[in-house]
Amino acid sequence: MKKQITEIRFHGRGGQGAKTAADLLAQTALEAGKHIQSFPEYGPERAGAPMRSYVRISDEVIDLHCGVSNPDIVAVIDPTLLSINPPVTEGVGKEGILLVNTNEKPEDIRKKLNFKDGTVYTVDATKIAYEETGLPLPNTAMLGAIIKATGIITIDHLKDQLTKKLGKKLSPEKMAGNIKAITKAYDTAVKG
Amino acid sequence: MSKILPLTGDHAASESMRQINPDVVAAYPITPATEIVMSFSQIVANGLADTEMVPVESEHSAMSACVGASASGVRTMTATSSQGLALMWEVLYIAAGMRLPIIMHCVNRALSAPINIHGDHSDGMGARDTGWIQIYCENAQEVYEMGIFAVRVAEHKDIMLPVMVNQDGFITSHAIEGVKMFEDADVKKFVGEYVPNMPLLDVKNPVTFGPIDLQDYYFEHKFQQAQAMRDSKKRIVELFAEFNKFSGKKYELVEQYKMEDAEIAILALSSTCGTTRVVVNELREKGIKAGMIKIRVFRPFPMDEVAAACKNLKALAVLDRADTCSGEGGAVFGDVCTAIYNLNEKKVPAINYVYGLGGRDIDEAQIKNIFNELVDIAKTGQVKTVLNYSGVRI
Repeated sequence: MKKQITEIRFHGRGGQGAKTAADLLAQTALEAGKHIQSFPEYGPERAGAPMRSYVRISDEVIDLHCGVSNPDIVAVIDPTLLSINPPVTEGVGKEGILLVNTNEKPEDIRKKLNFKDGTVYTVDATKIAYEETGLPLPNTAMLGAIIKATGIITIDHLKDQLTKKLGKKLSPEKMAGNIKAITKAYDTAVKG
Repeated sequence: MSKILPLTGDHAASESMRQINPDVVAAYPITPATEIVMSFSQIVANGLADTEMVPVESEHSAMSACVGASASGVRTMTATSSQGLALMWEVLYIAAGMRLPIIMHCVNRALSAPINIHGDHSDGMGARDTGWIQIYCENAQEVYEMGIFAVRVAEHKDIMLPVMVNQDGFITSHAIEGVKMFEDADVKKFVGEYVPNMPLLDVKNPVTFGPIDLQDYYFEHKFQQAQAMRDSKKRIVELFAEFNKFSGKKYELVEQYKMEDAEIAILALSSTCGTTRVVVNELREKGIKAGMIKIRVFRPFPMDEVAAACKNLKALAVLDRADTCSGEGGAVFGDVCTAIYNLNEKKVPAINYVYGLGGRDIDEAQIKNIFNELVDIAKTGQVKTVLNYSGVRI
């Protein structure tokens, strides 16, 4: 029953937009007719503290109301979290996908984390975000890479949702920058 | 076409409040109910509801203002959590004793000390004897729907009692799920216009609320209040039938999942029921006859329905997300045992699990362990320990 659900865990630091990214992903899937859950792990909320955010996406009603312990996809928004304990790969199975925001190669990340099975993707999301939006906020770019790695939603759906959700908050230039960042991350994410 | 919106449990509550458009909301924000108060304030400020929003200086004042507003004869709502509910304490009894149909969203959270902002049922369970009707919700969809349903329950002329709609702090209140919405006009029609029975502000027909009531009549009034709670069960069942017709849902006082031929079962409240349902499905695939009982309406206590659900079981575990500190476990367990003892010829061996205090996660593994123990009890008929704890380092 459970494997009909795709479970995603985001690792970020407070203020980097991991929750916003998780919400955007879930809301985009909802618009595409899926059942969704998106919930952050609330600890002592403060900028810079390690935090996790979870997303479940399914064709069926989602009854589970516990944390995600065996994610299908792990998205590491802040590469400095690669050294945390428990490791970001905790609970990831053989079919699992690890996606890291880094300028390193997938092989190097695999070695560093001793991550033997599963698939590794890397993308330099912070650099892309900085170039396209002028801000080092890699969350939207990471979503582009997640789409590349999973195909769980489409890039057009995500762009629509981003415009809908942040259109009022962001200037047209910033919005265009974010959309460019998504596309660029999609195009440059590397599998290894 | 009805829309499906991405809403947290808190926003599901405030969206239902927008559609109900109550006359008065008096509230003080407290985590994790803050977003209900915050978003409903925005709704009022944006002119999407013409509610008189009363921002007060404490929860004691919030409930006091609700009592005053409701007694004056208007539809009144509020929201709170944990310490906020605790600070409302004396006024909760007054609201119920004065038979005021106030509706409250209670986002269940642990009580201090130690201080903790996360979900457990300590607040709601502590208020179980205040005379409020209590409904416990599994997810955001139920929060939305029960928030609307509660209006009809509270204001039913044969009930006239305040209603508390409970959801799990953070687990439900801060998780985004898809919530299928009713049309505004349909909700307006379903809840209808509130016509108060004897409003305080009807100066042509003056009445007194809350006067002193000593040895001569206090007992009779308390008996009437308790009788109203007893009688409300039948009315709530009728209202569920009406709501189900309105919504296409199948709400009942007690939900039974795969209980027709179940030999072992877990009884629980709120979000844990969903995770339990997933485990029941897994066990069924292995040929284990497991089931789940969910108490939706905890006050009035559905004694007959709970006893009937447990009638053919070989072993039962009752999950409590609050410890009474009586030394003998949780409140739900006590009530369930009373039902079985009074109404069932065959007394099923029952155990209690206190779990999830202060937001400690309860996952499938913990629920599987409890079911494993039930398998043993069903086989041997022997209960090792009645009171158990799940997910705690002892």
